[in-house]
Amino acid sequence: MTDTTAPAADVLLRIDSLVKYYPIRVGVLIKREVASVKAVDGVDLELRRGETLGLVGETGSGKSTLARCIAGLHPVTSGRITFDGSDITNLTRRRMQPFRRDIQMIFQDPYGSLNPRRRVGSIIGDPFTVHKVAVGDERKRLVQELMERVGLNPEHYNRFPAEFSGGQRQRIGVARALALRPKLIICDEPVSALDVSIQAQMLNLLEDLQHDFGLTYLFIAHDLSVVRHVSDRVAVMYLGKIAEIGDRDDVYATGRHPYTQALLSAAPAADPDQAASRQRIILVGDVPSPIDPPSGCRFHPRCPKAQDLCTRLEPPLEVKSGDPGTHRTACHFPVEAGENLARAADALRDRAESSLG
Amino acid sequence: MSLLEVTDLRVSFPTSDGLVQAVRGVSFRVERGQTLGIVGESGSGKTVSTQALLGLTPGADISGSAMFDGMNLLALGEDQLRHIRGARIAAIFQDPLTSLHPLYKVGWQIAEMIRAHNHSATKAQAHKRAVDLLSQVGIPEAARRVNDYPHQFSGGMRQRAMIAMALSLNPQLIVCDEPTTALDATVQAQILDLLQRLQREFDTALIMITHDLGVIADIADSVMVMYAGRAAEYADRRTLFYQPHHPYTIGLLESIPGSTAAAERLRPIPGQPPSLINVPSGCAFHPRCKYVMDQCISDTPPLVALESEAGGHRSACWLPRAALGLGADAEELRDGAVAAGRTGRARAVAEASAATIEARGSVA
Repeated sequence: MTDTTAPAADVLLRIDSLVKYYPIRVGVLIKREVASVKAVDGVDLELRRGETLGLVGETGSGKSTLARCIAGLHPVTSGRITFDGSDITNLTRRRMQPFRRDIQMIFQDPYGSLNPRRRVGSIIGDPFTVHKVAVGDERKRLVQELMERVGLNPEHYNRFPAEFSGGQRQRIGVARALALRPKLIICDEPVSALDVSIQAQMLNLLEDLQHDFGLTYLFIAHDLSVVRHVSDRVAVMYLGKIAEIGDRDDVYATGRHPYTQALLSAAPAADPDQAASRQRIILVGDVPSPIDPPSGCRFHPRCPKAQDLCTRLEPPLEVKSGDPGTHRTACHFPVEAGENLARAADALRDRAESSLG
Repeated sequence: MSLLEVTDLRVSFPTSDGLVQAVRGVSFRVERGQTLGIVGESGSGKTVSTQALLGLTPGADISGSAMFDGMNLLALGEDQLRHIRGARIAAIFQDPLTSLHPLYKVGWQIAEMIRAHNHSATKAQAHKRAVDLLSQVGIPEAARRVNDYPHQFSGGMRQRAMIAMALSLNPQLIVCDEPTTALDATVQAQILDLLQRLQREFDTALIMITHDLGVIADIADSVMVMYAGRAAEYADRRTLFYQPHHPYTIGLLESIPGSTAAAERLRPIPGQPPSLINVPSGCAFHPRCKYVMDQCISDTPPLVALESEAGGHRSACWLPRAALGLGADAEELRDGAVAAGRTGRARAVAEASAATIEARGSVA
C-alpha cells in the first residue's frame, strides 16, 4: 500500500506489514507459548524527509512498540523496515550500528532515561565515544556546544541529572539524541511529563532544531492538541493497526474513522464555549485486550456505526471517496461530513448499560 | 452560606533544607452542588491546600481556617475528622491503583467503607449497596465484578470504583485530585461525563484539582489559578479564559497548543517555577513575568477585585485593574503601566529574562 504521491527518494523510512507479537509463556522448565500480545499487527507507514509524522493512540495501541521496533530496540516478528534505502529489519548488533547514528530516540520520562550517577557531560558525550567521533577536549567542546544549542548552561557540564528540573532533563535527552546529527528522531511522548509552560518551551525547541538540522520526526503523543501543533501528517493507531492516516488538517477537520472522531471529541479543549457547544462522542467500555483482539474491524464492539459486516471483515486502509489521495481510512462505513455520531454513541451506550442492568 | 469557606490557609513543611512554604495564604469557597477548579503546575500548592483540610499532611504546620458546614476543619481532632473524611468529604486521587488495596476485593473495600461509618449496616446490606454503586458508575456486570480484585480492573474501571467508593456515603463534597490525568482521552471523557452526571443527581460539590486547563474549561464553575502557594487569579470559568488578568494565567493560556490564545508559534513562559524554600520577593512570578515592574519586586500584590462585569473576578497583580483579556486595549494598558513602573531593578530582571528567550530559544 504505497502512497503514489511520494517519490522514493523523498522517503526516509518505510515500514511494510510490520508485526510485533510478544509471546506469553507458561511452565517452569519447559516453557510453552500459550498466547501472544499482538502489540503491532500489520502496519504500513512512510516517513518523508523533513516532515513530522504524529502518531496518536491510546494505551495499548502499539505506538510505543512501533517506535521501539523502528529504533531497533526490539526485534520484529515479521515485516520489513527500510531506512534511507537499506533494509534494517532485525540486523545484528554490529550491522545495525551505523544506522543507530541516524535514528535516535527521545523518551517520555526525563527522570528514568538518564543515569543518576553520571555527570551530564558524560551522558551527552556518550554517543561521541561509542561511535568514536571525538575524545578529550574535542568531545567536551562538542558537548558544550550541544548544551548551548538546546538551552542548557554549558557551565553545568559537570552536574548530575538530579540537579536539573524536569524540563532541563528533557533538554539533556534532546542534546544526547542530537549529538550524532541523526536523520530521524523518534520522540516518544517527549512533553507529557512536563508542565504546560515548560511543554511549550520544549515544543518550540524541537521545532527550531528540526528547522536548523533538517530533522525528520516521528512524534508519538496522546495529547491531540500537541500533535496537531507539531505534525505535518497524522496517523491514528488502534489496537496495533493504523485506523486512519492523512495530512494533519484532513484528519483533524474531516476525520473519517469513527474512532478518530471519538478521540478528537474526547480531547479537552481549553476553551469553555467550544467545550459547551461540542457534542462529545462517549465510547462504551475500554480498549479490548491485544491478546485476543476483536474479529473483523477491531473497533467494532465500541463503534457507534458498526454493522454486521464490521464483525466479519477487516477493513483495509484505503482512500475513501471524496478524500485526497494522501488520506486513508480503515473503515467500512466512514463518517460523512456533517454526520452526528454523538447521538448514535449515546444510544449504543444506553443499550450496553441496559443489557447489563 | 458556602459549603466550604477557606480563609488565609498557610501550610509549611519543616525540612532539613529549610522551611518549604507550600501554601502561603489561600482563601477560597465552594458552593453546594458547584465545581471549583484549582489549576496550577507542579509545586503550586494545589494538592497540599486541599489535603491539609482533610488532615492528610502529617508533619505540616497549618494555620488559617476552613469552615465546613459550621465547623472549622483545621481545629478538629483526628477522631472528629475521621467522621467527616470519607463520609461528608470524599476524595479521589490521580492513581487509582495505589488508592485501592491490592489484596482485598473491590466490593469488600467499598462495603468496608460503608460499615466503618454506618455501624448499623449489615454485611449483606453493605455488599448490596456496593453492587448498586458499581453499576451506578457504569461497571458492567457489577454483581459479578464486585468480587474482582483491583488488578482485574482496567485503569478506567478502577477510577470508576474509586468514584463509587467516594459516593458510597453521599458526601456533600468530593475532592478530585487529578482524577483523569493517568487515563486515556476517551476514558477521561467517560469519567468527566460520569462525575458531572452524578453531581447533578446528588447535588454534590466538587473541587477539581488539575494541571489541565482543558478539564477546567469542561467542568469548573469557578476557577482558582495557583502559583507558588498563592492564588494568582480567581474567576468564573468563562471570565478566566476570555478575560484573564494575571500574566501567569495569560502565559498558561498562550502555552497550550490550539487554545484560543495560542499563536502558531507558542509563546512559553520563560524560566521555571520557583523553589518554595526561597520564594522570590514581592510577586513570586516576577522573575518570569514579561510585565515586571519595580513594585512587583518589592511588594506582594494582594488578591483584589477587578473592574470586570463578572462578579468575583480577582487577581493578585499590580497591573491596572482594567487591563483584562488578550485584546489590544488591554495590552496597551499593560505596556503603559510597564513603561511608567519599570526602572532600575525591574529592567534588569526583564532584560535577563528576555535575553534567555532570544539567545537560546527560551531557557528552562
